[in-house]
Amino acid sequence: MPEDLNWAIGGEAGDGIDSTGKIFAQALSRAGRHVFTSKDFASRIRGGYTAYKIRTSVDRVESVVDRLDILIALTQRTVEENMEELHEGSVIIYDGERTTMKDFEAPDGMIGLNVPLRRLAEEAGGAIMQNIVALGAACEVSEFPIENLDESLEKRFGQKGGSIVENNSKAARAGQEYVRENYDLDLDYELETTDADYVLLNGDEAIGMGAIAAGCRFYAGYPITPATNVMEYMTGRVEQFGGAVVQAEDELSAINMALGAARAGARSMTATSGPGIDLMTETFGLIATSETPLVITNVMRSGPSTGMPTKQEQGDLNQMLYGGHGEIPRFVLTPTSISECFHKTVEAFNLAEKYQTPVYLAADLALAVSEQTFPPEEFDMDKVEIDRGKVVDEESLGEWVNDKQQFKPHALTEDGVSPRAFPGTKGGAHMSTGLEHDELGRRTEDTDMRVEQVDKRNRKVETAIENEDWSPREFGDADSGNLVISWGSNEGAIREAMEFLEEDDVSVRFLSVPYIFPRPDLTEEIAAADDVIVVECNATGQFADLIEHDALRRVKRLNKYNGVRFKADELAAKIKQALSESVEATP
Amino acid sequence: MSSDVRFTDFKSDKQPTWCPGCGDFGTMNGMMKGLAETGNDPDNTFLVAGIGCSGKIGTYMHSYALHGVHGRALPVGIGAKLANPNLEVMVAGGDGDGFSIGAGHFVHAVRRNVNMTYVVMDNRIYGLTKGQASPTSREDFETSTTPDGPMQAPVNPHALALAAGGTFIAQSFSSDALRHVEIIKQAIEHPGFAFVNCYSPCVTFNDVDTYDYFRDSLVDLKEEDHDPTDKDAAKDVIFDSEKEYMGVIYKDENSVPFEERWGISEDMSQIEDKPPEGAMDLVREFY
Repeated sequence: MPEDLNWAIGGEAGDGIDSTGKIFAQALSRAGRHVFTSKDFASRIRGGYTAYKIRTSVDRVESVVDRLDILIALTQRTVEENMEELHEGSVIIYDGERTTMKDFEAPDGMIGLNVPLRRLAEEAGGAIMQNIVALGAACEVSEFPIENLDESLEKRFGQKGGSIVENNSKAARAGQEYVRENYDLDLDYELETTDADYVLLNGDEAIGMGAIAAGCRFYAGYPITPATNVMEYMTGRVEQFGGAVVQAEDELSAINMALGAARAGARSMTATSGPGIDLMTETFGLIATSETPLVITNVMRSGPSTGMPTKQEQGDLNQMLYGGHGEIPRFVLTPTSISECFHKTVEAFNLAEKYQTPVYLAADLALAVSEQTFPPEEFDMDKVEIDRGKVVDEESLGEWVNDKQQFKPHALTEDGVSPRAFPGTKGGAHMSTGLEHDELGRRTEDTDMRVEQVDKRNRKVETAIENEDWSPREFGDADSGNLVISWGSNEGAIREAMEFLEEDDVSVRFLSVPYIFPRPDLTEEIAAADDVIVVECNATGQFADLIEHDALRRVKRLNKYNGVRFKADELAAKIKQALSESVEATP
Repeated sequence: MSSDVRFTDFKSDKQPTWCPGCGDFGTMNGMMKGLAETGNDPDNTFLVAGIGCSGKIGTYMHSYALHGVHGRALPVGIGAKLANPNLEVMVAGGDGDGFSIGAGHFVHAVRRNVNMTYVVMDNRIYGLTKGQASPTSREDFETSTTPDGPMQAPVNPHALALAAGGTFIAQSFSSDALRHVEIIKQAIEHPGFAFVNCYSPCVTFNDVDTYDYFRDSLVDLKEEDHDPTDKDAAKDVIFDSEKEYMGVIYKDENSVPFEERWGISEDMSQIEDKPPEGAMDLVREFY
């Protein structure tokens, strides 16, 4: 197990929890430490409990654990909310001069550090810096060189000018000094630094970055948690490369704008969450039937209806797989980590244009709001390839006309992929429609043409299955009889759970599936396994259903749907338990 | 674009399936003439339509075209225009498509002011579903779904457009070919979102809002002393409950299209087959 430390700051929304957490996470990252962050937040602007958690290690971390070593508690509720994760030796930093924390006493075995956060902040230049005082105190507890904070304070407040950075830096040192002078600590929480240079980003940002790298120039969307960050990231950035981000009046408009831009030849995307996908589904069939390439990102949250907008779930699998009336060929990609959010976004754009098909790119809240450190090489732009598929120009479209020189945008081809002419291309004028159509794109009810066009569109999927790599990411012991299968964001937690299991001499083979449709054929792997456990964040086991359907075998299901992502240690225990049970015993 | 384009170049070889005598023939002919006479050709024109009789227009015209879903044609047109501002974008819809299911998009398209032309083929009835009330139907207009009339005020599309900050608001009549073409041409040449409501009678299901009715009642603003740049005058025309008018009702001479205000000028279809220059800076931002 990596020597890691779990840190958190919690309080009320509006207390600056997020920015304080981010400042510390960046300081750790700049000090060459790996970081993985997670957030607890409620659907409100001010008030209510909110927390920013950081797990940090010299080794790479990709998940959260049920453990808190240092907690900055701005409210009593923060301690209550995290009681299960606190342990003997946990440090709780709080302000005993705050009315609500006056009577607070650290539970038995825990170390309470009563630091007058607000008073020290006021002395340093303003009460608003109380969180920074707490950061300084935390630095002292973890022997973290406080100079590392200065750079991230500069990054955060540098533009505001004046003495803001300086005052904050002073506030941090006041917190450090206070702990040093008033407490005689002998703890084992040293945060050692390294020379490594990391970047720190979340899944939404990785998607936006991947989109721009892949040549996306048009984005239309409507704000919705937890997908809005994709739009916020792209705003102001895609314009630098000649593109545009438009906030539409609703999701119906957003996807239709994206569709219009895609038909005009732009690499185009929209991003939303489940409720937005509902609205966009109207247009989904049109995109597929008109064979327009489009990337639709779904950053899933708890449903149905408005559900729990700020909580984790992977409940939209069936919606993406089956949503829309009629039968619609599509691709559904599910990045399994923050880094994969970048790579799968690039892949989504290429698949969309190579096969002129809508592509669902499905992340989830756990990926969207968690930040992670990476060596920058992980996002090597030189390795990004852009494939626009069968685009024709003025000369080459001559191969795709009928005897009246009319261009055939829906030509019946062997691989199912037809030529594509961007508007403005001479001689290529044509129509396309959501109605069933002939090769020219004109409406038809001819029974033979109907069958031929349906087959043609489905043939694109067959071609893609043959030509593209749909394999899962494989981890662990390939010979183990214990097979764990998962999709989407659970990969990090499962990989780490495997390390816990190894300590108990339980070996596991793990297949992490980044594709729901088409998806890898796991029949052989499943046949070779004694036990198959499918892990997913939903109640009914939507992916487990597919696995059972594909492999004709019952599997064990590990489901979580309380709104919180899987944690590594929790998963290890659950996998162990599942292995001991017979398949019938699991729901 | 080329100068020797004839309006028939915009005609496809498909015979329209509109009812004989349908107003949509005239509306479409005017659109084709307007496009040709403003120097456009089928290869630089992108035509979007929604659902209904009006939605069929993409089949009968020859251009780049998309026949979309009900009520959503405007966003498609906006996306296409922003992705490639060199395209001439025209959107066609019916009164149901535009002012019922698409009313939200209409208001926002008006206020967004993207440089494009929106022609509504308004026949004050649902034709393709065989005769139900539309949002512009009269209050007492009896139909299969409103046997005593809708008993609600009809939508006033021009008022909606003016209230939303419209920069070009016009009314035409499909049967008055000369005026219709003239208005369409002005709409195409307007730098911003040009809205043309075109009375396009339904000879099968609407026996009230007929050719005769419009011919007798429409007052041509050209023959009145109307100044289309005067917003108050436009208001008077729009809210006149006694008369109906034809012509350019309002035109903001200072209109600056959305794409110009936003600095969108590139044809976004043209990208290199590798990430853009300086893409690695995107990664470095996360240090």
